[in-house]
Amino acid sequence: MGDYIVHIVTAIGVGIVFLYGCLGEILTEKSGHLNLGIPGIMCMGAAGGCYGVSVYMGTLSNNAEPSWFLLLFISIILAALFACIGGLIYAFLTVSLRCNQNVTGLAITTFGSGFAEYVMSMVKSNEGTEFAIAKLKFKASLPFAGNLGWFGQIFLSHGFLVYFAIVLAILMWFTLKKTRIGLNLCAVGENPATADAAGINVTAYKYVAILVGSAIVGVGGLFYVMDSNNGSWENASTLLAYGWLAIALVIFAVWKPNFAILGSILFGIFYIAPNAIKGIDLATMKIFKIFPYLITVIVLIFTSVFDSKNAQPPAGLGLTYFREDR
Amino acid sequence: MTNSNKTQQREPLFHITKRTDIPLWKSLLIRVGAIVLGLLIIAIICSIMFGINPFAVFATIIEGNFGTERRFWILLQDTALLLVVGLALIPAFKMKFWNLGGNGQVLVGALATVAVMKFLGGELPDGIVWVIMLLASVIAGAIWAVIPAIFKAFFNTNESLFTLMMNYIAEALVLYFVYIWKTGASDTIEPMPMGNLPTIGNPFLLTIIVAAIITVFLAIYLKFSKHGYEISVVGESQNTAKYIGINVKKVVIRTLVLSGAMCGLVGLLLAGAIDHTMSATTAQNMGFTGIMVAWLAKFNPIIMVLSALGIQFLTKGMGRVQKKFGITSDAVSNIMIGLIYFFVIACEFFISYKIHINLKSKNKAKNSDGGNK
Repeated sequence: MGDYIVHIVTAIGVGIVFLYGCLGEILTEKSGHLNLGIPGIMCMGAAGGCYGVSVYMGTLSNNAEPSWFLLLFISIILAALFACIGGLIYAFLTVSLRCNQNVTGLAITTFGSGFAEYVMSMVKSNEGTEFAIAKLKFKASLPFAGNLGWFGQIFLSHGFLVYFAIVLAILMWFTLKKTRIGLNLCAVGENPATADAAGINVTAYKYVAILVGSAIVGVGGLFYVMDSNNGSWENASTLLAYGWLAIALVIFAVWKPNFAILGSILFGIFYIAPNAIKGIDLATMKIFKIFPYLITVIVLIFTSVFDSKNAQPPAGLGLTYFREDR
Repeated sequence: MTNSNKTQQREPLFHITKRTDIPLWKSLLIRVGAIVLGLLIIAIICSIMFGINPFAVFATIIEGNFGTERRFWILLQDTALLLVVGLALIPAFKMKFWNLGGNGQVLVGALATVAVMKFLGGELPDGIVWVIMLLASVIAGAIWAVIPAIFKAFFNTNESLFTLMMNYIAEALVLYFVYIWKTGASDTIEPMPMGNLPTIGNPFLLTIIVAAIITVFLAIYLKFSKHGYEISVVGESQNTAKYIGINVKKVVIRTLVLSGAMCGLVGLLLAGAIDHTMSATTAQNMGFTGIMVAWLAKFNPIIMVLSALGIQFLTKGMGRVQKKFGITSDAVSNIMIGLIYFFVIACEFFISYKIHINLKSKNKAKNSDGGNK
């Protein structure tokens, strides 16, 4: 029993990285833009967040206790800002200059992974001690979580960013479904020409959706380094794999933020399954690494074979909008 | 009068229209301009980030490619590999099938090659082993590409994500087999002694010759064959294709078999002629770089020779810059190449659209003139 709970907690930690990536991508796709730069933007966010941690920890005198609020605030803001650099490049190229979204996204991913590696190589010298202290702050949970047995461990033992992601998902679900802004955004993604005719500022909606989406993804990168990966940055390609899975999760969640919460935790379970199953040798463990990808493929096939009206991408996804086109 | 003045003030600073057609020299000029601008920015960033003289950067980039005879051959060989991957992707892209699975298709090609080398190398005459290697790698690559294609054709499954996931599945498979077959220290397979492809002239020439043959073949295939015609019709409009009696499903599957087979061939060259072994990074991310190669050349096989050469030239050059100026992070080349991509992607806008700047004085003189620049 105890083992399972530990694994579930780990799975939630991994799943929340997917959730951040997935929420950002859902918002972007709702505006009609398939952003394949999400993995790169996640890297940029991670780099920005770590830079923030490093800067803040640098201002402290020796052995001083970092303030929980300031540490999280500074690093989250910087993660979002750095990620927005990537988002802004993407938005400018695809919205204003109407370039091909797939190619632009891949270019952002190349740029973002390089950018992150570079920033991290500067920050890295402090990684050992500073990150080890900072990660405790990121993982700090409610003080009484430990007293509540398995319930406390599964639901209450996480750091702030886990709950932030879930709140964000619910907020996004509500906004998209119930508010005028959300409905307008969906209109832009479904049919920009109609939205334009109805007086919605298509360009502004697209820009804001892409930028906010990127910021969310960026916070996901920070969460990965500080929480789910225990305060260490391995390399960009590990994080890139998370980013790609997050994009796949969007389809699994059929563009619904509320489904994304469950989906991401499920993906987290698949992702850690090879390490969690007992009594298998190293070779079998290696073959089990196929799991999350295979499941994604199966889900992709299922959603396409049994496609229903509710499980469709925004109609304008991937298409560039030019007002004077006929 | 005051009323019309008010509307003029509200007119935007500029507006854009679609160009109907643009002379070739003008579009080439815009592209070359974008690359030059990108290189300038790179030089400026390098000098700010690392305090290096920009001219020294350019000199090192050139030295990294032409400094020694070996470097030059490696440049040509890697260009050839990247070119074949890019070529493999274009028939699919022309149909608007986003094959992001180049990496995986190359990897399984390499995996099949290594398997044949391991179990048949030395057991059978070399000639037969080579033939089996060729068949195995090509078939493995084709299978890896055709699975997503079948689902795309019959159920319209999202092919970009499917092929992407196939990359990771291939990577995990390779890691598994490397672990089982490992001969070296720390989970690696040492270079295979038997069954390696023959060297022609020098170790690099075989790859280059294969790439040259494939380039010519694909250029002819796309331009003059019935298959090539069908591919472009399907890419333009699936409904048109159906209307004139093209079996779209068949075309999608057939084209992806070709696409995957060519990627598998790259795997054969990498494992059988160059590395003599395999690892999870054997594909060197060429599946993605190949997309850029194809895109930059607007899917023209002959121009792709130039774009592949350009990208490899930059990669090798920036690698040299990193080493020479003691930049420890190997990330710089990704940043620089990403920047170049941005410029080249952005320049497409200026090729397909025209910007009209609305000068107020002109507007006042005559509104119907539209304020043409």
